[in-house]
Amino acid sequence: MAQMSGAQMVVEAMREEGVEVVFGYPGGAIMNVYDEIYKHKYFQHILTRHEQAAVHAADGYARATGKVGVAFVTSGPGFTNAVTGLATAYMDSIPMVVISGQVPLSMIGTDAFQEIDAVGISRPCTKHNFLVKSAEELPLILAEAFYLARSGRPGPVHVDIPKDVTAQIGEFDYPKEVRLETYKPTIKGNSRQIRKAVEAISNAKKPVFYLGGGIIHSNSADLVRRIVAATQIPAVETLMARGTLRYDDPMLLGMVGMHGTYAANMAMSEADLLIALGPRFDDRVTGKLSEFAKYAKIIHVDIDPSSIGKLVHVDYPIVGDLKAVLEEMAPLIEQKVDPERYEAWREILERYQELHPLTYEDSDKVLKPEWVIQRVGEKLKGKARISTDVGQHQMWTAQYYPFTRPREFITSGGLGTMGFGFPAAMGVKRGVPDEISINFSGDGSILMNIQELMTAVEYRLPVINIILNNNYLGMVRQWQTFFYDKRYAETDLSMQPDFVKLAESFGGVGYRVKTKEEFDEALDDAISKGVVALIDVVVDRYENVLPMVPAGGSLYNMLLEYKD
Amino acid sequence: MKIERRVISVIVLNEHGVLSRITGLFAARGYNIETLTVAPIPGSKYSRLTIVTSGSPRVIEQIIKQLHKLIPVYKVIEHSELVEKEMVMAKIPLEERLSDVEALCRAYNGNIVNIGKDTAIIMAADEPSRIKNFIEALKRFNPKEIVRSGVVAIER
Ligand SMILES: Cc1ncc(C[n+]2csc(CCOP(=O)(O)OP(=O)(O)O)c2C)c(N)n1
Ligand SMILES: [Mg+2]
Repeated sequence: MAQMSGAQMVVEAMREEGVEVVFGYPGGAIMNVYDEIYKHKYFQHILTRHEQAAVHAADGYARATGKVGVAFVTSGPGFTNAVTGLATAYMDSIPMVVISGQVPLSMIGTDAFQEIDAVGISRPCTKHNFLVKSAEELPLILAEAFYLARSGRPGPVHVDIPKDVTAQIGEFDYPKEVRLETYKPTIKGNSRQIRKAVEAISNAKKPVFYLGGGIIHSNSADLVRRIVAATQIPAVETLMARGTLRYDDPMLLGMVGMHGTYAANMAMSEADLLIALGPRFDDRVTGKLSEFAKYAKIIHVDIDPSSIGKLVHVDYPIVGDLKAVLEEMAPLIEQKVDPERYEAWREILERYQELHPLTYEDSDKVLKPEWVIQRVGEKLKGKARISTDVGQHQMWTAQYYPFTRPREFITSGGLGTMGFGFPAAMGVKRGVPDEISINFSGDGSILMNIQELMTAVEYRLPVINIILNNNYLGMVRQWQTFFYDKRYAETDLSMQPDFVKLAESFGGVGYRVKTKEEFDEALDDAISKGVVALIDVVVDRYENVLPMVPAGGSLYNMLLEYKD
Repeated sequence: MKIERRVISVIVLNEHGVLSRITGLFAARGYNIETLTVAPIPGSKYSRLTIVTSGSPRVIEQIIKQLHKLIPVYKVIEHSELVEKEMVMAKIPLEERLSDVEALCRAYNGNIVNIGKDTAIIMAADEPSRIKNFIEALKRFNPKEIVRSGVVAIER
């Protein structure tokens, strides 16, 4: 036990938690902490060029590694800049601890310089938050913050520390273990429910695995693969579950939902049993609820009880950690379930796959965005981590990239945050330095955190940004084409920077490519040089993401083609 | 789906900002609060909130689950087997016939509790549905101000 300042406690706590990197941005209220960072070299601090990017980088790091991501920001504007990052992580259940400075305790409530009610703002977009009232309680609060972030349904935790608390001297006694009377996530599933669920599977004729992001968070993709192989039951993946099954797994019908494959959406619509493993029945997946899986009984496994039965009636609810539940379920399934049973069902779905496979029309006049993504997949499959921004390019990446494993695909699903991709890809690169870090972006999204070129160059985080440049806010343009009679209100991005010079001015490398050959050369060059890169790829302006279930429509009513 | 009234008791850690977590949850998710009362539980580090809400069975189920999910929430009690009480206070002008007022109060476990220069202060404590009737009956004495406490409840 040692006496030290609150600021010192913060850095000591990082050491106790094994934190290797903190993304952040200093300012008045958090300067005492930065002074300790200067003195101790327990962890690397990466100075991003915007607080939003610091939080997204910590988020990308967490998604790629499964560890808790950490970001430090100052009070007032430093904190408000971080809010989008917190909300992004919250919607996707990403473990993170964000520490903000606050004005001194005595000044709280006086509208002091750079004072904002930070815990008031972060309450609805964090798993939990704390306003620290004394240095004495700081070690326990920090330990609880890390514990809450990573346990149960993970999520971001915000700790707001007034400046005088970071100066106060107190005893640093870091708890080895945290126990909270009021918070006890259920880990083990109810065995009777599990047996009933297995029974339901073995009696079903048309079962489907509905695979969700919880599989990635709980590190249970291996178990899922084992169960899918044993049962030969077809599976669909949500955006957040991509990579659970290999892209070439014969049981994988593809992504489900608004831009899901025909076979995946039809499987959900015609199934008599959904085996939902860690999804949350998001509206972008279900479409119109009254028509969603209306012939199916539903098994839903989730660690968050409030997720179960929130939107649809569940026949076999199982609350528990997915991994623990699947460990119990797998041997039972292997005993009880005969894969022969579903032969006819598999044949129906195979026909659906043949009827409307995922497809686009390639061209020799203009690059197609889908081709670019597939091409990257051919070259880097299994060797790269793929982040995205938000828009059409994100959906095409989810559809066309050949994912081989969990944590390979990093994307903002729940909040759909443009500007996420590049900083997240920096965090990914920091977390898994031996792999290539790609960010598929759009000409709109990339400009929302373009200042991070400086961070990436300074810290040698060679992210390769592939801008699928359609001169449009493409996804919004697509909706305007389909549903607003082509009134392209404020989506035309013909006014563009010179991305090559832009990259170069920061010390990165830029490419502008218009053909397949040029693209190959640029990608190979960027990889071999190991530099921070912007590859500005001129693609077809009017390509649409298909299939598409119009918002609020039924999953089985997909637009499969668009003829002008 | 049919809308039902529900009384929910929530036992929470007595700590900074805990009430805003609860009311924020109700506001953010569009749940109703008809009444809300809160006070510390004697001899413990917990407080007890009593919330009267309404919604369809699915909404009520979500309210309970979402409350559980808040970190400082220790327990959510949602028995239908509850004894409920509410208190009401009112100011009645002294010109009114106070003997009649007093008789009315008595019928609802109440009394005249204070007499000032111009008004008498009365109170009553009873089941919420009876309190409604009481307030209705009180009207003919021209009350100047009526203050309700919100419902408190305890399991049978
Ligand atoms: C921060 C933010 N603002 C607005 C939106 C709404 N939005 C969704 S997709 C999109 C267009 C994105 O354009 P671009 O990055 O060029 O990608 P594209 O769709 O063209 O591939 C917009 C504006 C959003 N998701 N995030
Ligand atoms: Mg675009």
